[in-house]
Amino acid sequence: MASYSTNEFRVGLKVLLEGDPCSILESEFVKPGKGQAFTRVKLRNLKTGRVWERTFRSGDAIEAADVLETEMEFLYSDSEFWHFMRTDGSYEQTAVPAAVVADCKPWLHEQVRCGVTLWNDAAIAVTPPNFVEIEVAQTEPGVRGDTAQGATKPATLPTGATIKVPLFVEVGDVLRIDTRTGEYVGRAQR
Amino acid sequence: MTADAHLRWRPSCNLNALRVRAEMLAAARTFFAARKVLEVQTPLAGRHTVTDPAIASVPLPDSGFLQTSPEHHMKRLLAAGAPSIYQIAPAFRRAEAGRWHNPEFTLIEWYRLGFDAEQLMDEVADLVDTLLGPTDYERRTYAALLQDRFGVDMADNDATLERAHGLGLRGDDLADAADLLVADAVAAINAERVFVTAYPGEQAALARRNADGTAARFELVVRGLEIANGYDELTDAEELETRMAEDAERRLARDLPPVAPDATLLAAQRHGLPACAGVAVGFDRLVALRLGADTLAEAMTFDWRRA
Repeated sequence: MASYSTNEFRVGLKVLLEGDPCSILESEFVKPGKGQAFTRVKLRNLKTGRVWERTFRSGDAIEAADVLETEMEFLYSDSEFWHFMRTDGSYEQTAVPAAVVADCKPWLHEQVRCGVTLWNDAAIAVTPPNFVEIEVAQTEPGVRGDTAQGATKPATLPTGATIKVPLFVEVGDVLRIDTRTGEYVGRAQR
Repeated sequence: MTADAHLRWRPSCNLNALRVRAEMLAAARTFFAARKVLEVQTPLAGRHTVTDPAIASVPLPDSGFLQTSPEHHMKRLLAAGAPSIYQIAPAFRRAEAGRWHNPEFTLIEWYRLGFDAEQLMDEVADLVDTLLGPTDYERRTYAALLQDRFGVDMADNDATLERAHGLGLRGDDLADAADLLVADAVAAINAERVFVTAYPGEQAALARRNADGTAARFELVVRGLEIANGYDELTDAEELETRMAEDAERRLARDLPPVAPDATLLAAQRHGLPACAGVAVGFDRLVALRLGADTLAEAMTFDWRRA
């Protein structure tokens, strides 16, 4: 198995730590005048998204993680898996377990292009685009002319997610949504 | 490594830094000349090197090493009867590369006959005042530094390990834990200039030990950066031999390559090293501080990535 010594650490390097694949966010060499040299590192655990801080003795080596960042298009879901297809022309498909898409499920509708992180060829993380455009499946009838500041109503998307929208939004409108906040941004041009 | 040569040919410092560095070099030489300290030059490549397990030397292809500091050669000059001496010279330490480290760097190192650590600290402050401008100096003991930053009594091994684990260290090596805590505490010092004193006896390196077991060693920290490391020098040859043997054991325990003790330094000290105090000052770091730079590279013509 390949490994990296602390002096090869750089931002973006993928390593295996306590069994989990991690990406190095920051790496700094520190050394007291007459003492042990250390490499202090911040890493993102690619499975949980958590940021870890670790300090290694300089010269120590840690195992490399076989991690690949890919772009994939969402195809469909069945009861167990969410199926994606590579956009690099290979049309290769990957079945992603429901647990991995738990956080981004509300924004996964057909043809949305996501970042999919593969570790040893298995998907461990799915990142939706910052903005998605999805049609409203169900909402109370629109109230034209009601522009009361901040007044909202719920709207349900085909993915099953419910978001707050202004009162004038109608069924069939295509909405632009910020996936980082889950908020309505505006109506998309058709 | 040639494909990016068109990106790497330029120096890592700007032209103003070149001028500031030259002025500081000249000012340092004037400082020592006025105090009648003699400038010397000693070999950068030598047959022997330090046994300190925390310092890795660059080996030469046939035999010998690039010197990690001019200490051994300068002490041999003193043993041979030289007066107080100084040197401004490159030093080399393997694999020390980072924001504030470069494998090749410049030290101002000097030895004062008949000085103790207190007198030498005063002189270090005078030199730094000359190069960076005058200001006040605080004193803090090693123990107080750890106490203030981590609320840890340095004798409390469990607490030391626990705090080091909090900084992301794993394992239960106490020496590592203490080194990490002190490195972190030094970087967090807010005061402009602080002398750290009373190092633990086991970190004496080549300093004398005080009656209370602490090392007669000091460091100067400027804005969280270690600038100087000074000793009331160990003159006892037998004690020197013992410490080199301890270094060998620590190297063995850590799977580090063995380093033969410097027999020439031992012989010189057996002949007699006069009572003296010595200190090494990181010149590149002083230049960086004077420039207000964020990295050591900005104070050197070509840092490691460009050299």
